[in-house]
Amino acid sequence: MKIVVCVKHVPDLQAERRFTDDGRVDRGQGDGTLNELDENAVEAAVALVEAHGGEVVVLTMGPEDAEDAVRRGLQMGADTAVHVLDAAIEGSDAFGTAEVLAAAVRAIGAEGPVDLVVTGMASLDGLMSVVPSLLSAHLGLPQATLAAELTVDPEARTVRVRRELDHATEVLEASLPAVVSVTDQANEPRYPSFKGIMAARKKPVVTWTLADLGVDPSDVGEAGARTRVLEATPRPPREDRVLITDDGDAGLRLAAYLVENRLV
Amino acid sequence: MIETAAAGSAPADAPVLVLVDHHDAGVRAPVLELLTVARGLGVVHAVWFGDGVEGALEQLGAYGVATVHQVTVGDGTAPLPPSAAEALAEVLVASGATTVLVSSTFENKEVAARLALVADAGLVVDASGVEREADGRVVTVQQAFASTWTVRAEVRAGRAVVALKANAAPAEPVEAPRTPHVLRHEVTLASDHGVRVVERTPRAASDRPELGEAQVVVVGGRGTEGDFSVVEELADALGGAVGATRVATDEGWIGHEAQIGQTGVTISPRLYIGAGVSGAVHHRGGMQASGTIVAVNNDPEAPIFEIADLGIVGDLFTVLPQATAEIRRLAAER
Ligand SMILES: Cc1cc2nc3c(=O)[nH]c(=O)nc-3n(C[C@H](O)[C@H](O)[C@H](O)COP(=O)(O)OP(=O)(O)OC[C@H]3O[C@@H](n4cnc5c(N)ncnc54)[C@H](O)[C@@H]3O)c2cc1C
Ligand SMILES: Nc1ncnc2c1ncn2[C@@H]1O[C@H](COP(=O)(O)O)[C@@H](O)[C@H]1O
Repeated sequence: MKIVVCVKHVPDLQAERRFTDDGRVDRGQGDGTLNELDENAVEAAVALVEAHGGEVVVLTMGPEDAEDAVRRGLQMGADTAVHVLDAAIEGSDAFGTAEVLAAAVRAIGAEGPVDLVVTGMASLDGLMSVVPSLLSAHLGLPQATLAAELTVDPEARTVRVRRELDHATEVLEASLPAVVSVTDQANEPRYPSFKGIMAARKKPVVTWTLADLGVDPSDVGEAGARTRVLEATPRPPREDRVLITDDGDAGLRLAAYLVENRLV
Repeated sequence: MIETAAAGSAPADAPVLVLVDHHDAGVRAPVLELLTVARGLGVVHAVWFGDGVEGALEQLGAYGVATVHQVTVGDGTAPLPPSAAEALAEVLVASGATTVLVSSTFENKEVAARLALVADAGLVVDASGVEREADGRVVTVQQAFASTWTVRAEVRAGRAVVALKANAAPAEPVEAPRTPHVLRHEVTLASDHGVRVVERTPRAASDRPELGEAQVVVVGGRGTEGDFSVVEELADALGGAVGATRVATDEGWIGHEAQIGQTGVTISPRLYIGAGVSGAVHHRGGMQASGTIVAVNNDPEAPIFEIADLGIVGDLFTVLPQATAEIRRLAAER
């Protein structure tokens, strides 16, 4: 089985995240990490290959720093990595991202058919959860998203996904090749071992440009974005915050606060 | 690819499509908010998948719907996102609409994305507001980075697809309701998109309001040590929903569907009360847009106090029952 895992490099959640003056996610803080939710995607892919054989290719699109994200994937057990790096992709929206990732999946497929594309459930900077669907549409492959549980039947060439939606639990079955996204419920991502870290140093990271992929630069990046940020402002801190210590009547004071603020 | 609409060309009377989420008991609450918002954008057309629209016509009319597109996809069962998007694209062209609103659930975001892709539309998900400028442009408001930033964005494409969060705006009926006109569409799909539903188990309805839509949410974390009764009793006294942190759902103290946060449900109720919740960044991502935040935690250093309008340093097992009793006493007096 050949599995492509899409991983994104995002600003660290624990650090202070901000927008630049022209309304883009500030990626210049140098404290980016592999999107945590993509660790679940890498784990799912590596585990499937351990069970059924095959190879895992980690794929990212992003600036220089994004190489860290695929490196981490290699440390976790992926075999090879692809980094799409091109000045023109800066400022891409979900459509530009999906178009580039789809072109890269096709290019990877040209070297041997891809059976499964695995993504995380959301990138923790944008939290859109739409790239997997858009990838599936671009590639013309079935989508089975938000897997809390994922199983592949290599003989039947199907993938089964159990997912918890707002109003129901569903089991979906898709034919391979397919695009799946996994949630943080799907598994417990492994921590790279010392051996894994050493081995990753020798694993190749291939860099591709848009020209290598035959993607028109005007489709992506700022130029191709279908929305534009007009203004990004930090939320003012909450005013009039009150902190009290319970002296035996805090429950009464809580009730009084709700009454006073017309919340009951 | 369907024909491209020119940017900013939407006539003021162009229809706005609103996807109506519904279940056996009728229209889901956030839809009424969408309809209210949609009236500010154009003539409201509702899209209803499947049967049963007759029972909802009066309510849709009361919220200003002029036309309902009743859509049957394939065999009539609820379509998965790829099929729903394909069907919506047909309705979009047939109606001449340039704007589509859906409520921001995971499934609807996928529908919105695939629809926007084929319709060459701009896409905004998890919006907390949407307006049309005088020149016809659609402008949206979103909260970013765990609601620590507010982002205003404009749609540059000629069409816009916007997924709006629940509680983004109050639902208000129109003064002069009318009976919507129903247009039926039978959509034959090009393919089944290679995926089928093997099993679907609807979640049992609870007596409490739905988490994503509730005006009041009381959340329990690790501090409850598995005893959610005090959390539930406070929620019931306030007519609210019960939520949880991931620790609480992972421990199996409450179902996974109750998880609030970045990988769970995103809520923005008028009132959030967290008990035994530390306020980890993953949790904040799903609740920081709440109107008023109250936290009860016995650790004065808990990060949740940084964002709490009212912070109470105390034991949740004494504070919550006392508050519940007082709220019930006050309610009985009124
Ligand atoms: C990829 C990823 C995604 C995640 N997504 C989510 C998510 O969507 N939602 C989410 O919630 N978490 C999520 N998490 C987990 C998150 O990081 C935190 O671990 C979690 O939110 C902590 O839950 P908690 O506040 O219940 O527990 P803790 O952090 O252990 O806090 C418990 C608090 O209870 C207090 N306490 C204890 N006893 C009492 C008492 N008797 N009275 C009052 N206070 C008491 C303690 O002082 C403490 O502050 C995610 C983590 C990862 C890695
Ligand atoms: N620039 C990117 N490079 C690689 N994968 C990405 C990128 N952006 C998004 N993804 C993948 O798509 C998933 C969902 O992203 P999003 O739709 O942005 O929330 C992520 O978890 C990643 O697996």
